[in-house]
Amino acid sequence: MQMNMVQAINNALRSEMTRDDRVVLLGEDVGRDGGVFRISEGLQDTFGPERVIDTPLSESAIVGAAIGMAVYGLIPVAEIQFMGFIYAALDQIFAHAARLRTRSRGRYHCPLVIRTPYGAGIKAPELHEESSEALFCQMPGVKVVVPSGPYNAKGLLASAIRDPDPVIFLEPTRLYRMIREEVPEGEYAIPLGRARLAREGMAVTLIAWGSMVERALKAADGYDAEIIDLQTLSPFDEETVLTSVQKTGRAVVVQEAPLTSGFGAELAATIAQEAILHLRGPVLRVAAPDVTVPLAHLVDHYLPSAERIRQALDEILKY
Amino acid sequence: MAEYIIDSYDVRRIEVLDPQGAVDEALLPPLSGDDMKRAYELLVLSRAFDERALALQREGRLGTYPSILGQEAAQVGSALAIAKVDWVFPSFREMGVHITLGYPIPLLYRYWAGDERGGQTPDALNIAPICVSVGTHLPHAVGAALAARIRGDRIAVTAYFGDGATSKGDFHEAFNMAGVFNLPIVFICQNNQWSISLPVKQQTATKTLAQKAWAYGFEGVQVDGNDVFAVYRATRAALEKARSGAGPTFIECLTYRIADHTTADDASRYRPASEVEEWQRKDPLLRVRLFMEKRGLWTEADEKSVWERARGTIDAAVAEAESAAPPEASDMFDYVSANLSPRQKRQRSEMIQRGGVEKDKT
Repeated sequence: MQMNMVQAINNALRSEMTRDDRVVLLGEDVGRDGGVFRISEGLQDTFGPERVIDTPLSESAIVGAAIGMAVYGLIPVAEIQFMGFIYAALDQIFAHAARLRTRSRGRYHCPLVIRTPYGAGIKAPELHEESSEALFCQMPGVKVVVPSGPYNAKGLLASAIRDPDPVIFLEPTRLYRMIREEVPEGEYAIPLGRARLAREGMAVTLIAWGSMVERALKAADGYDAEIIDLQTLSPFDEETVLTSVQKTGRAVVVQEAPLTSGFGAELAATIAQEAILHLRGPVLRVAAPDVTVPLAHLVDHYLPSAERIRQALDEILKY
Repeated sequence: MAEYIIDSYDVRRIEVLDPQGAVDEALLPPLSGDDMKRAYELLVLSRAFDERALALQREGRLGTYPSILGQEAAQVGSALAIAKVDWVFPSFREMGVHITLGYPIPLLYRYWAGDERGGQTPDALNIAPICVSVGTHLPHAVGAALAARIRGDRIAVTAYFGDGATSKGDFHEAFNMAGVFNLPIVFICQNNQWSISLPVKQQTATKTLAQKAWAYGFEGVQVDGNDVFAVYRATRAALEKARSGAGPTFIECLTYRIADHTTADDASRYRPASEVEEWQRKDPLLRVRLFMEKRGLWTEADEKSVWERARGTIDAAVAEAESAAPPEASDMFDYVSANLSPRQKRQRSEMIQRGGVEKDKT
C-alpha cells in the first residue's frame, strides 16, 4: 500500500501496540489530538487513554516518567514534539536512560523509544528545526536511528520498539509527507545497526542519513555514485561503509547538521583509520555551516543543497 | 463583583515521641513490643553501619561517603511501612532504608567503595539503584507508579530525596504529574536542613517543604523526622491511601544532618557547633530507648547486647564486602547494552588482551 512517512509510522505504532500490550505511547498532544503531525491519529480510540497518554507539558518529566515505566516493565514510546525540546530531557537521557542497565548491572533496563521530529526546512519558529543527533551518538548506552522514507520508517521503528535498550528515533519532519512509497501492511522489522544501499555505483561513495538521503539521491543523478543510507547512526554499519569505500576509493558525507563535530566526523575518522590505503583523496563532508539554524528566509542557504553536493562529487572525482 | 478567598490549605505536623521518651498515646501506631524492639534494632544497626562507613573512609577503604547520622528514624520509620510488593526510589542518603528493606549490607559497603557490583539490587527487592543526581529520580518514581496503575497492580511507590531536591525542576515536574494523574505514590523528603553548606532557609522561601505539595493538588504533611513513631504513622497512612487509589502524599521528615555532607566536606566552616549540639539532644535513638525503658521493655543488658549484635553484623558484612575478588576491566562493557556493537566487542577484546584486571591501587 502507498503510504507517506506519517502513515507508515502510525502503522508501525498500531502494529507494535497490537502485538505487545506493554507498548504505551506518551507525550504532549499524542492522545486526543493524535499528535501535532497526526502520527498517533486514531490510536487513543483503539487502545484507550491508559495506553496513549496525554502528558502535561514537561519534556524532562515525559522522558523521566517513561524511564520509570520502562523500569517497571512497560515499553514506553515517548514523543518529544520537536527535537529542540529534547534538550530539556538530556539530563534524563544521559544521566539515566543511557546508563540504567550499567548502574544496576542488568537488574533494570530501559526498553524506551524517544521519537522526535527533526531537521530544517518546514518554515517553523526557532528550536523546531534542530539536527543535533551527534550529541546522542557520543553517549554510550543509547542508540540513534534515523529513517529516510516511509518504508524504513516503519521497519526501523518496529525494531526500535523491540530493542531492549533506549533508542532515539529521529523523524525527518521535512519528509513526513513529501515521499510516498510502497509499504507492506503487515508487520516487518528492519534490523538496527545496518545500513541500506540506496543505489549501487563504482566511482564514489556518498554517505547520508535521514533528511539528506532523498537529496543525495537527486543530486547524484548522472554520477556513478554508490549511495549509503546509514539508517542507524549509533551503532553504525562500519562494514557496509568500509566495503563501499574500498571499492570506490572516494567518500563524501552529506549531513544536515553543522559541520564541526557532527556525525560525519566519526565517519571520516573511521574511514581514514580503516581504509586509508584505498582512498584516492580526502573524505569530504558536505554539511551546514557552524551556526544556529536560521529561520525560513535563509534556511536554503544553510542546508546542503543539491548544488553543493554536486560540487563535492566533482571535486572528489578529480582524484 | 467581589474579592474573596477561593482556596486555602492547612499544613499538619505530627509528633508522637518526644526527645525525652514521652509519647502521645492517641497517636502511637499499633506496634507490638516486639515490633518496637525490632525498630530499635534497625535504628542501631543503621547507626552502626554509618559509624563503620566513616571509619572505613578515613582508612581509605571506602570512597567519599554521605553519612546518615541523625536521620535514622526518618529512614527506618518510613521503610518499616513499605510492603515487599511496593517499589522504592532512593537518592544517595538512604542506607537506613536499604538496611530496613533487607538490601545486603556487604553490597552497600561495596557500592561506597567504588565496586559497581554493590549496586546490583537482588531480584527479590523492588529498589531502584542509588541516584546521585539530585531529584532526577522523582520522575522515574512517577513513571513506575503510572505503570503500576496501567497494569492494575495494587502497589505503592515511595520516592526519597532531601531538602535540596525541592529546588530542582524534576521535583516540580514529578509532583505535578503525580497530582494530575492521581498516582499511588508517597514522596518522602528527609529535610535534614542542609544542602552541603546551604541551610534550608536559603533553599526556599516557604515556611515548610510539606506545603509545596498543595500547589500540585495533594496533601503535604510535616512530621518530626527524629520520631520513629510519627514517621511510621504518617508513612503507613500515606501508603494505604496510595494503594486504595486515593492518590499521592508528600511527607516532610524534619530532621538534621549531624555529620558533614560527605567525608569530603567540613561543616564547621559554615555552621555553628551549638546548632549541632542542639540537634544531638533530639537524638532519634535515645528517645526510643528511654520510651522502651519506661515501658519495661528494655534493660541495660538489652542495650549492651543490641549494640554487640549490630557491630557483629557490621564486622561480618565488611569482611564479606572486602573479600570479593576484584572485577575484570572488561566488566565495564558487560552492561552497557543488551547487544554490543561490533566496535564495542573489538574494544572489549583489546582490553582483555591488555591484561585488564583492576589495577593495583598503589
